[in-house]
Amino acid sequence: MSSQPNPPLWLLAELTYRCPLHCVYCSNPVDYTAYGEELATEEWVRVLREGRQLGATQLGFSGGEPLVRDDLEVLVAEARRLGYYSNLITSGVGLNERRIAAFKEGGLDHIQVSFQDSTREMNDFLSSTRTFDLKRRIAKLVKQYDYPMVLNVVLHRLNIEHVGQILELAAELEAEYVELANTQYYGWAFLNRDLLLPSREQLERAEEVTNRFRERVGNRMKIYFVVPDYYENRPKACMNGWGSVFLNLTADGLALPCHEARMLPGLEFPSVREHDLRWIWHDSPAFNRYRGDEWMKEPCRSCPEKAKDYGGCRCQAYLLTGDAALADPVCDKSPHHALITRAVERARQAGAGVETKPVLFYRDDENSRRLSRKSEQAPIA
Amino acid sequence: MSEESVFELARHYRFQWEQAQQAYVLLYPEGMVKLGASAGEILKRVDGVSPVSAIVADLERAFPCADLRRDVTEFLAHASERGWIHVKPA
Repeated sequence: MSSQPNPPLWLLAELTYRCPLHCVYCSNPVDYTAYGEELATEEWVRVLREGRQLGATQLGFSGGEPLVRDDLEVLVAEARRLGYYSNLITSGVGLNERRIAAFKEGGLDHIQVSFQDSTREMNDFLSSTRTFDLKRRIAKLVKQYDYPMVLNVVLHRLNIEHVGQILELAAELEAEYVELANTQYYGWAFLNRDLLLPSREQLERAEEVTNRFRERVGNRMKIYFVVPDYYENRPKACMNGWGSVFLNLTADGLALPCHEARMLPGLEFPSVREHDLRWIWHDSPAFNRYRGDEWMKEPCRSCPEKAKDYGGCRCQAYLLTGDAALADPVCDKSPHHALITRAVERARQAGAGVETKPVLFYRDDENSRRLSRKSEQAPIA
Repeated sequence: MSEESVFELARHYRFQWEQAQQAYVLLYPEGMVKLGASAGEILKRVDGVSPVSAIVADLERAFPCADLRRDVTEFLAHASERGWIHVKPA
């Protein structure tokens, strides 16, 4: 890679892997219990400063559950001083009036609250907690402190039929934005994929319901419906390209080009404990590994669309084929595309029939420790 | 929009100079618009106090060669359409 990369625009700070919820589709690494100590407050402050100097403008506080960190108030205020537009991405668990007042005072710009479902039963089943009523109270608090109400609901086979009720709930909470984000199949979601992937019919019905609802509410609510890429013929332009706009920082201080890259073998991701962000973004081998297109193999290398989707997602290519430099199998030009169509076919057969509860891998410490003992997450190909 | 209309930034939008981009930007939940030089100069003057006429006059003082009224009103109309700004209720 010879040309100078553009500055990162998005800094995502995964402050902790600790989380009171145990969602079956969590995007955290399945072996999160194997990682080292969380960055201390002063380490985060330094990294945020370096990110700002590099040109990052959007900052996400994520996790795990970022509210688990009792220094979040300090980091929020520091982010504002540095000139970030800061976003708190939370389940809401751990938020209370004292803390939200401190966030407002410190200059937090935006809060996104996740819901698992519109019903208490499914919300609590999916997250393996009793958090549904709490979340409704949190949503009210967010409004009261004059934050835009942004609801995020991850969709999958077990809740996608409830899209209508989910949208009604969003309207009741006076949400300004709703993200209906279909599950992306990495991490815990990949382990639970055969349980979570909706059928094409379910997906089409959900989109139909969403479109009807959009017509009804008009501009009052902005609704994003993100289709699962397993139902596409071309891959997503993942992260707008490797090391292009997105910089992910993990709880223990690794810098990654996306949330999932940590699982890729043969790459040494730099730690902010050992390097400054400028070197990491511009010069580290890991961030340059899949920049540009010199790394591509066929069919990507000669593909006229390679500048549009960059060959899709490196992590998905690895997870499904065992080689991160191959085309994302979502692409129907990939010789491995059958890995996707077979999963879709299994989802069709499973239909909406979830009466017999299959085994779920809840995201919890015990499961993580068990999964960490396997040397690495094995691709299924 | 009239000469006396007063515009203000939409809620939850922030306008600021970005050193690394050498540009004014508009920040909002999970997104950013990088503004061109003239858009930046106009939006810098949208303060919830100055009417359109004052913004035009101030710009014409700063950039004394041109009749800027049309550029300003066109940009303000575009920015309201995109939801970045709106007319402040009287």
